[in-house]
Amino acid sequence: MNPVINKRGDKFSIPGKYLLFALTIVSIALIVITLTTNLFSGVAGTVAGVFVVPFQKGISTAGSYVKDKAEYFADMSTLREENGVLRQQVEELKEENARLTQDKYELDNLRDLYELDKEYSSYSKTGARIIARDTGNWYSNFVIDKGTDDGLDIDMNIIAGGGLVGRITSIGPGWSKVTSVISDNISTSSMVLNTGDNLIVTGDLESYSEGVITFSKLQDDIDAVSIGDKVVTSNISDKYLPGILVGYITSIEADSNNLTKSGTLTPAVDFEHLDEVLVITSKKQVINSETPDD
Amino acid sequence: MRKTLVTFVLIIICFIFQSSVFSYFSFGGIVPNLLIIITASTAMMRGEKAGLFTGFFAGLLADIFFGDFICIYAIIYMYEGYICGFFHRVFFPDNYILPLALISISDFISGFIYYILMFLLRARFDMGHYMTHVIIPELIYTSVVAVFVYPIILFVNTKMDMIVSKGARKFV
Repeated sequence: MNPVINKRGDKFSIPGKYLLFALTIVSIALIVITLTTNLFSGVAGTVAGVFVVPFQKGISTAGSYVKDKAEYFADMSTLREENGVLRQQVEELKEENARLTQDKYELDNLRDLYELDKEYSSYSKTGARIIARDTGNWYSNFVIDKGTDDGLDIDMNIIAGGGLVGRITSIGPGWSKVTSVISDNISTSSMVLNTGDNLIVTGDLESYSEGVITFSKLQDDIDAVSIGDKVVTSNISDKYLPGILVGYITSIEADSNNLTKSGTLTPAVDFEHLDEVLVITSKKQVINSETPDD
Repeated sequence: MRKTLVTFVLIIICFIFQSSVFSYFSFGGIVPNLLIIITASTAMMRGEKAGLFTGFFAGLLADIFFGDFICIYAIIYMYEGYICGFFHRVFFPDNYILPLALISISDFISGFIYYILMFLLRARFDMGHYMTHVIIPELIYTSVVAVFVYPIILFVNTKMDMIVSKGARKFV
């Protein structure tokens, strides 16, 4: 009997196992295509933009509202205690502030003098809200509510709280997906700020349960790098702008090859409580390696 | 046709809730897997073919947004829906134990397969750590959430069946 025609012979239907087989082939083809090209990113972006993102924006706002309200009542009593402590602190800070204002004035002058305005405080930035997080529990990717319509582009860097969060890896008209530096499959080319030694920072799900991520390939023969040193994005990275704070070194071990060192560092950003991020709208300039053929 | 549309809407609602609302109620960074719940329960109520499609589209949605390449979740969820669909023959709306057990097992297996494909193959060998920190917590959280979500899906489904059969009778 022909499996495609069912018993009555009048109604057209395909048995489940053939469908399964066909869809498996389609899926594997799609996996291969998306691994090798970025043919579908535009299509997928448009589909997602129409069906899902508008709802996510609304629900995310509602979700944060409900949570805010719940925390509002829980925090009432702690706030009173805190208030007393804070009043004391305000007095201390006033005094400190006066002193720092003087320092700041001096610093500004010195910066002008050394033309240090290339620091990342001078990059043009735009704020964005996180509207969705990874549905699985394996990677720490998320979606923000701005996309190509707001002038964003793939590979733009994301910062929050003064530290590096990640970069945009796929984008649609009103949304973009951010891959964070703590994701297990992401490596960031970085350097130690005070010695200038390059190292590779790699996200690690296993060690992130203790709040740290790993680094490797640090060449430091004279033991100049120590625990607590700042790690920033390196000059030679082709995705990240130089000098953005990634984290602080928490442990260093010599590798078994006795040439390089590896260890762990604490990220500068609190990824658990990330709500709003800044997108740096200038991108790192890279030399196009493809030379024109004719 | 209307059934398909309702399932489609349910998938989108589940996805939106999972990605936006539940991230505010995550325990230790773990969110429950609503897409598994909708896939397994639809498969059980409607048979393997419906399960296959539900799984495929639920996975595809997750892939488009959060996957590095499209179709890895789609393929896992599709097989899950297909296999859960075999239990359609022993499915009774009054029996809650079988669907909930099946949802839990599906979640565990999908987590394990994903670990093998995406982590073990990248030489992350510490299986025990990933078990205790990701797969098992997700399994527990999903099972607990399923106790509340499954009756809602069942209710929508039986209501839909009633509407469709009523329409058919009127037509005759």
